[in-house]
Amino acid sequence: MSAPDSAIRQTLANANLQLAIYSNTGRLKNHRSKAVAPDRFPEYQDLRTRAAAIKRHTLAFLDVYLLQLEHAVNDNGGKVIWASTGEEAADFIIQLAKDREANLIVKSKSMTTEEIHLNDRLAQHELETVETDLGEYILQLAGQRPFHILAPAIHMTRHDVAKVFNEKLGIEHDTVIENQAMTARRVLREKFLNAGIGITGANFLLADSGGVVIVENEGNARLTLSAPKIHVTVAGLEKLIPRARDLPVFLDLLGRSATGQPLTSYTSIVSGPRRNGELDGPEEFYVILLDAGRTKLLADPEMRESLQCIRCGACLNACPVYRKIGGHNYPWVYSGPIGKVITPQFQGVEKDPWLPFASSLCGACAEVCPVKIDIPSLLLKLRKEIVQANPEDRRYFRIWAWLMQRPGMYALAAKIGRALMGFNIGPLAAWRSERDLPAAPPKSFRDLWKQRKK
Amino acid sequence: MPRRAAIFVTCIVDQLFPNAGMAMVDVLERLGFEVEFRDAQTCCAQPAFNSGYQKEARAVARHFIDTFADAETIVVPSGSCTAMITHHYTDLFARDGQALERIRALTPKVFEFSQFLLGLPNLDALAARFPHKVTYHDSCHALRELGLKDAPRRLLGQVKDLELIEMEAAEECCGFGGTFSVKFAQISGAMARTKVDSILETGATHVVSLDSSCLMQLRGSLSRGGHKIETLHLAEVLASRG
Repeated sequence: MSAPDSAIRQTLANANLQLAIYSNTGRLKNHRSKAVAPDRFPEYQDLRTRAAAIKRHTLAFLDVYLLQLEHAVNDNGGKVIWASTGEEAADFIIQLAKDREANLIVKSKSMTTEEIHLNDRLAQHELETVETDLGEYILQLAGQRPFHILAPAIHMTRHDVAKVFNEKLGIEHDTVIENQAMTARRVLREKFLNAGIGITGANFLLADSGGVVIVENEGNARLTLSAPKIHVTVAGLEKLIPRARDLPVFLDLLGRSATGQPLTSYTSIVSGPRRNGELDGPEEFYVILLDAGRTKLLADPEMRESLQCIRCGACLNACPVYRKIGGHNYPWVYSGPIGKVITPQFQGVEKDPWLPFASSLCGACAEVCPVKIDIPSLLLKLRKEIVQANPEDRRYFRIWAWLMQRPGMYALAAKIGRALMGFNIGPLAAWRSERDLPAAPPKSFRDLWKQRKK
Repeated sequence: MPRRAAIFVTCIVDQLFPNAGMAMVDVLERLGFEVEFRDAQTCCAQPAFNSGYQKEARAVARHFIDTFADAETIVVPSGSCTAMITHHYTDLFARDGQALERIRALTPKVFEFSQFLLGLPNLDALAARFPHKVTYHDSCHALRELGLKDAPRRLLGQVKDLELIEMEAAEECCGFGGTFSVKFAQISGAMARTKVDSILETGATHVVSLDSSCLMQLRGSLSRGGHKIETLHLAEVLASRG
């Protein structure tokens, strides 16, 4: 499939949308760079190195740590569910909801459940699932998928939100952000109190203690995991870190990389259901460990690195391409640089072969990645894989390589090329569709050099 | 005895921006180097490498290695092409021990132009003067692969009567990206316009960079937008006597 050119054109032509994307990502980007500046956070680079090393180690010994986690969760009175596909994960929840007669489910923000289309699957079984993160809630009402890994409704203005609330909730058109938040709070509070199951994602899973770590700013995740009688965590296998004592390394990096916060407003570490004598917490506790393609990435020693991602969204905010085309022009739920790297691996490189090529390889993503994923190198590896399967431009590069090994022929071909630069054909036309092309100089450097020597 | 410096004139400079190449020669000669241009030189192989065509890239990289193997010092008027040689040739020949040995012998002798200059003791001899307001564009590979943030700015700081005004988006990509600029022309063009906006905010009359490819992109976008701002390679500024 080729790039969605007309959809991208629409995004680029929408001035309001462009402003929203550029200014909102720009704000997050600036907050991040201030938060990790050497004078304010001198240990930043050391922590990146440690975080990357811990993740690499965990992935190398994932089999060991996964079983350790399962034991720890069991010991805490919870249960681990192994799901090889999104369907298996959803089926478990559907059965659970039916068994417990829980028709209302509240959810906190989770890209993993977006990835497996959990809400749609549950809806097919007449289960009502309500997103409780404000951005996710707005998108659920609007029928959209997240625009951004971290800030799902980053593309919407308060006017857009007023319209959605007016249409879907039947409340008066109100563009005051505080009022909009209060509306969501009022609706959602009711849902929290009546929900039979709360579903969360996980930012980290602690293998040694069986802890599920969730960071957030709104407090909705904390309610999701404590108000309903059942708490289900859906997490990808790669969320594991070995020990609770490794957690500070990641917490120090995650908030700063995501929003510039030294620590998010809430950090919850939950490890199992309510114990005897405890006043609150869920009665049942499940951790669904999702594969859904992750072991395939794990098996590839070169591409495995992309499983180190902690979903901070910093690469999206730094990416000049994302900041133009936004999240919805990417073919899958994960957008931006990391989406470009993992989408082909999860969905198959043949599905959207254009994706790894839609990058200037500027490297801004790798520069801000808190776990040092070398995204440009991974894109190059994917490009190599794609053209191996479908070498559509090979004939041009063969000619090019032939010329470049024969200086005389190269000089001649380049001379002809310069003479043709005035024509509006092929790549020249593509270039001129957006900007001017300089007139070809009458003489090349090598011509001038020869003249000079005479 | 003047010291010798071989130059690698990148294909874009050779064919489209020969003045940048000549300016580099001028600067090096003024600093006492005997400049050597090797007629056999062509391209660093980056276009094929970035497009995924490793075999073709390897052939061209091998040609580069053969051409420059015996040079003492190789100066390159491009951060991107320098990074290709010093950072990516080893990826291309990862399974070829003999080639890797030659690359390891070669790459320490390859310098991006500003990188090379900054190591010299007699920069005063340049006596450059450029009485204009200038803003500097960090080309991505010079900045992020070669770590050249300070070097070009320090060199601009030595130029008499030059006023350097930093733009807000100095480190943002101009959108060129090789074949990306034509395969994803609309995204590339939009990126360039954002960069142009940032350039305009400074009130500078000239944009300077280490890479002619970025400058071609910026110049094309500036000119399409009807802006009279000129683009110059750093070498052209350093060669200028106002």
